[in-house]
Amino acid sequence: MARLLPKKDAVIVGLGWTGSILAQQLTEAGLNVVAIERGPWRDTPTDFNIAYVQDELRYAIRKELFLQPNVEAMTMRNNAGQRALPMRDYGSFLPGHGVGGAGVHWNGHTWRFWESDFQIKTHLTRRYGAAKIKNLQLQDWGVTWNEIEHSFDAFEYLCGISGKAGNIKGQIQAGGNPFESPRSREYPTPPMQMSYAPSLFAEAVKGMGYHPFPTPSANLSEAYVNSLGVRMGQCTFCGFCERFACGNYSKSSPQTCVLPVLMKNPNFEARTDCEVLKVNLTQDGKMAKSVTYIDATGTECEQPGDIVLLCAYGLMNVRMMLLSKIGAQYDPVSGQGTVGRNYCYQTSSGARMFFEGKHFNPFIGAGSMGQSMDDFNGDAFDHSKVDFVGGAGLNCVVSNGRPISNRPTMPGSPRWGAKWKQATVDGYQNSMGFSAQGSSYPVRENYLDLDPSYTDRHGRPLLRVTFDFPDNDIAMSHFISGQMEKITKAFNPKFAAVSRIKKGWDSVPYQSTHNTGGAIMGGNPKTSAVNKYLQSWDVPNVFVIGASAFAHNAGLNPTGVVGALAYWAAEAITTKYIKSPGALVHA
Amino acid sequence: MQHPSRALSRRSLLASAAAMAVLAGSADGKSLSGTVPWSPFAGEPPRPVNPLGWYFFNPGEAATIEAIVDRFIPGDHLSPGGKACGCAVYIDRQLAGAFGQASRLYMKGPFMPGLPTQGFQGDLTPAGRYRLGLRALADYTNTTYKKDFRALTAEQQDEVLAGLDGGKITLKLKPGFSSKEFFELMLQNTMEGFFADPLYGGNKNMASWKMIGFPGARYDYRDHIDKHNQPYPNGPVSIYGQV
Repeated sequence: MARLLPKKDAVIVGLGWTGSILAQQLTEAGLNVVAIERGPWRDTPTDFNIAYVQDELRYAIRKELFLQPNVEAMTMRNNAGQRALPMRDYGSFLPGHGVGGAGVHWNGHTWRFWESDFQIKTHLTRRYGAAKIKNLQLQDWGVTWNEIEHSFDAFEYLCGISGKAGNIKGQIQAGGNPFESPRSREYPTPPMQMSYAPSLFAEAVKGMGYHPFPTPSANLSEAYVNSLGVRMGQCTFCGFCERFACGNYSKSSPQTCVLPVLMKNPNFEARTDCEVLKVNLTQDGKMAKSVTYIDATGTECEQPGDIVLLCAYGLMNVRMMLLSKIGAQYDPVSGQGTVGRNYCYQTSSGARMFFEGKHFNPFIGAGSMGQSMDDFNGDAFDHSKVDFVGGAGLNCVVSNGRPISNRPTMPGSPRWGAKWKQATVDGYQNSMGFSAQGSSYPVRENYLDLDPSYTDRHGRPLLRVTFDFPDNDIAMSHFISGQMEKITKAFNPKFAAVSRIKKGWDSVPYQSTHNTGGAIMGGNPKTSAVNKYLQSWDVPNVFVIGASAFAHNAGLNPTGVVGALAYWAAEAITTKYIKSPGALVHA
Repeated sequence: MQHPSRALSRRSLLASAAAMAVLAGSADGKSLSGTVPWSPFAGEPPRPVNPLGWYFFNPGEAATIEAIVDRFIPGDHLSPGGKACGCAVYIDRQLAGAFGQASRLYMKGPFMPGLPTQGFQGDLTPAGRYRLGLRALADYTNTTYKKDFRALTAEQQDEVLAGLDGGKITLKLKPGFSSKEFFELMLQNTMEGFFADPLYGGNKNMASWKMIGFPGARYDYRDHIDKHNQPYPNGPVSIYGQV
């Protein structure tokens, strides 16, 4: 029998970026809020100690800060004709765990999606005709750019993002990204200083007529006091960023941006090492009444609440909905059902160039220290003469020179022995790369559901991921690889290699922790799980916040959008929902 | 290396002590409210391995692994060899600890053969894979050369390793664990030992970092970020302050 606890106004599942932003906004509005987090409490001085955080084996290879598969794994297959098997170790993507979630160990690229993304179906149909996108399950997000722009601004000023605006209220700004949608003001802090490789990249692509700009970065270029009054420090380019927590208070995270204020709010409570098993609904299934969780001592507890906010990693939000029967499972054959629909990922490729006599010093790095260009991203270029839609951002970011993983050698070099050693020495200082982060567009057959065979430590079904790169995205990515090959020539390297994506998504090598969709937002309850305010169409006192709400994934990192959606949902709850509980949109 | 279990027990202790100070008598022992929890010495610094003796390998296995890491990373003008750098000790300590036991991984059955895109699907832990793999390697070299691997010439050792790498030699292992997978596991672990912080038993005297010019655990490069294409002037440091 679960121990019944006193009711709260709002119960938050997961205390990462979205959970901490929602908790801060809701406690500020006077609500009593509890956040229930599966992993441990973590904070900068104790857990991200600069005396030993620079440990590649512990954090990058053994992945100490990440979700461990023995806590929750997932099964995967490339198509419905295959038998899904568990990813016994996480490889292709690495979800977070514990207070701060993936916000602790991200790289910090902080983008906004574009105006055309939020109305992608309308926009592409208008520009190219419906036939161009007939094989894709693209749909509008239900929210428009003008509605949500201020939420992006709120997240960027919480984080102190370092960058250069490219478009302020319609005025194109020199040195910024001319393809971004209009923003209301400049970034909170100036761009980071650049090391050698990104500087070369900017020079080379500028010479080709493209438009490089500093990658918008959550590794701060200077000290900053954020919108909550929390003080942050300047990034030191330590080269231990992604997969690591920051010991310098210079990478935006829930710990550096929100928790110092949130934890002092008396109407907020965090419960750590407590795993939510499911959301309990009323008998008619139309309202959530509580969540059941197992606490650190193994005791099962029931926490009632008026509002339940699912703020776990996007994939876990989807699983929690399915386990709790919030909304109907998407069926890729009939197209019916919404939960699990439009699962998307990222379609990436890389270029590496080798020189002689250089000193690239790759260890001088930061997660987002680099130069980007969007000339081939999204709908920045005309697609009328190509056989695909979408695109990729090109990024020359020097995040690290950590040698267990990052020691490129000339293609064709041996992988061990005396010649391998010489090739490793030659490659380490003499090579640089850049990458393409491509969009991932939804198709009917890519989706999420519960696995019929494999279970977690509590006996609950694992999430099953059915995914492969759609033909559209492969065509897009090959086009981008071709552009990258042309770009490498401008550097005049001794040798250059550009990768080409293949059918058959491989769950083993790391690619990207940008899993999106599965509980998408939209204007129609038949094709979306949540409405434009991220409120469940089926259970209106449940909000589902995260990249699970993305109706597609763009060629841009998702966290900026996730943060904006958190502010957007918080505003809807505090200004609309608590005044008049119930469905905020009537279909 | 025993991070996860040690971290958990110590952390639970500290977390519950901190929580009690914050919210004595609350409904739940892990509840945090009203302040940012903090307790002194709550960090989890890594513990350097003891370099003496073998924790996992028996003497024959240890000699074989020492021979293998010396072929993967032969000593030359660039660095001492894998054995002198401690790579075999590193692997031994990893296999004796959480890594060897696969304690982080999803190890629930059923175990079924998978597609390459689904990753390793065998039921053996890394420790089990080494034990079986080294025995099968000894069987192979004794059948083929009438000698243990460690007694072969360097050229013969390279021939065997290249055969495993290239799929030309198949050891008698078990379904779900191929000879190529055994080779990849040994190569990956050897490179980990060579390039990781010396506290884990390998990379003695930061030999690999000196070899490639990686400054190690330094944490601030603001004075060099704008010195484009210029060598970094300082040598490496390790977590425990070796310079």
